[in-house]
Amino acid sequence: MTQPTQLDRADSRVRHDAGIAGALRGFVDQVRSGDLGMLPVIVGLVIISTVFTVLNPVFLAPNNLVNLLFDAAAVGFIALGVVCVLLLGEIDLSIGSMSGLASAITGVLWVNAGMPLPVTILAVVATGAAVGLIYGFLRNQFEMPSFVATLSGLLALLGAQLYLLGPTGSINMPFTSSLVRFGQILILPGWAAYLAALLPGAMIVLGAIRTNRRRSAANLSAAGLSVALAKAVLLTAALIFAVWYLERGRGVPLMFGIFVLAVAALNYALTRTQWGRWMFAVGGNAEAARRSGINIRRIRLSAFVICSSLAALGGVFAAARLASASQQAGTGDVNLNAIAAAVIGGTSLFGGRGSAWSALLGVLVIMAISNGLTLLNLSSSLRYMITGAVLAIAVIVDSLARRSRASNGRA
Amino acid sequence: MSRKPESPAKGDLILRLRGVGKQFGAVTALDDIALDVHAGEVVALVGDNGAGKSTLVKVLAGVHQPTSGTIEYLGRPVTLDNPGRALELGIATVFQDLALCENLDVVANLFLGHELSPWHMDEVQMEVRAWTLLQELAARIPSVREPIASLSGGQRQTVAIARSLLLDPHIIMLDEPTAALGVAQTAEVLNLIERVRDRGHGVILISHNMEDVRAVADRIVVLRLGRNNGVFTAESSHQELVAAITGASENSVSRRAARKMDIMEGQS
Repeated sequence: MTQPTQLDRADSRVRHDAGIAGALRGFVDQVRSGDLGMLPVIVGLVIISTVFTVLNPVFLAPNNLVNLLFDAAAVGFIALGVVCVLLLGEIDLSIGSMSGLASAITGVLWVNAGMPLPVTILAVVATGAAVGLIYGFLRNQFEMPSFVATLSGLLALLGAQLYLLGPTGSINMPFTSSLVRFGQILILPGWAAYLAALLPGAMIVLGAIRTNRRRSAANLSAAGLSVALAKAVLLTAALIFAVWYLERGRGVPLMFGIFVLAVAALNYALTRTQWGRWMFAVGGNAEAARRSGINIRRIRLSAFVICSSLAALGGVFAAARLASASQQAGTGDVNLNAIAAAVIGGTSLFGGRGSAWSALLGVLVIMAISNGLTLLNLSSSLRYMITGAVLAIAVIVDSLARRSRASNGRA
Repeated sequence: MSRKPESPAKGDLILRLRGVGKQFGAVTALDDIALDVHAGEVVALVGDNGAGKSTLVKVLAGVHQPTSGTIEYLGRPVTLDNPGRALELGIATVFQDLALCENLDVVANLFLGHELSPWHMDEVQMEVRAWTLLQELAARIPSVREPIASLSGGQRQTVAIARSLLLDPHIIMLDEPTAALGVAQTAEVLNLIERVRDRGHGVILISHNMEDVRAVADRIVVLRLGRNNGVFTAESSHQELVAAITGASENSVSRRAARKMDIMEGQS
């Protein structure tokens, strides 16, 4: 099959995996060397679903899963931002407070002051961006570890949240309003959900055809369509089944659809644009990136701004979900859940590795745990302990995989 | 790279350093350094460990800022306040520690900071250029889609050199480019240096290997303890060079050579 004339097939020492069997073999090699990818998440989801279904069959009921997705959207947005800072090897511990402050601002501007919703959301996201700018500035100008900067931010933002909410401590949002309907009722129409389920598979195949054509034209080896087709068929089947199952209940929540859209957008930005490439470069070796002429300060700034802005947006979603802005919003396990989601999904705490999809997959795991424990009527004390343990396990898996990759000559 | 100045003709003065100094706290790493580099010549920078070679390279690459002195580039005084500025002007550097991102693949590293079509990276075009460039260097890289972490030291070196050539710079600085290379690759790099010189680029070569230096250098600039300590040509004798590098004709190298001579004379 291989033609010696192709630019990238000149070295005879390299095994080139072709076709589906080759792809499988490559995948096994990859996992063995510690590049686990999505594997821990899928294994985790299967175990969690099995355990909770055995303990309480309601867990797998369509409407419970719909509820789970409603809950997942808000934390998912926050986790998506966390992915950005983790990629640089930084951290933002104030995302929970940021989302809490965001819901408070939403309550004050939209409910109390009667401002239009788009203006309110814009103001909220702008606040998030401003907070991110401050963190980036502290990191760049004073070399302040983001751990400390955002830890102090956690307290400051919580203070701002309490101040805004005032002595009453909570602002209720009208149940008939568009925002609350969005957070509790609105679902994607059936046809749109099925269309959305078909889209990724179609894009995989079309992308593969296009890449193959361009690579052949440029005298590079083309991978062939079999792997892409197999992937697309599997993915489409899984998604169609998921939509069909959810449609037996209320259907796919609109806010979850928007979250998935945001994940896809960030994924494009991280993998296809120069900015994304630079994010990985700075996370992998900041000094090398700097010497390549990359403005690493600006990259850091962008990551913190995106993280805080998405956390703020997540706060609006959470407020919509709860139909209120309260002193409790964003406290408790929100911080940990979002960071755990990103790490469980496969974004490394050590920087330079990860993907936008990790926020989506990780948040499903975290929300499945939280939802299952709630169904078992466990108190939040136990829930906190278990979520904490899950995060610890995720970080251990990350560290072990990293060590294994190092000894196998992978980054 | 629209701000890159016009290409100089062969023999033109590209780079002119006068009185350049660099302090790290109480330590004077560079003191009153003068250096000229013309288009189409290879200038070797030699000196013992701690002579300030790498510091000088980092100053010219925009990594460190000099504490004193002037740098003239194509007749104009310039400030190299960041690595991006140096690259823009046309000063490319292969650092001793290579400065590659291990988590990115070869293509990504080659084009780092200069990706084609920033909003929708043209991976196919970048891969084609990567292969072409690597083939010009007769490089043995198994796959350009593997992360750098999976490459050997020599392969990483080749990637780093290829990266410096990507932007078609006026001056290339190579800090110990052959230290990690095999026999054939070393010869390739030396060939490459000559090819780059013949294309009218200036080359600054740093090496501990006097054989390599003599093989390609038009001028050999000796640094000692952060100061200029003479300019030599490839015709200068080994003794002269060693004396300039170590600061005396009476030194451990000459004593060792003398001892060897004594033994050989004793045997005969």
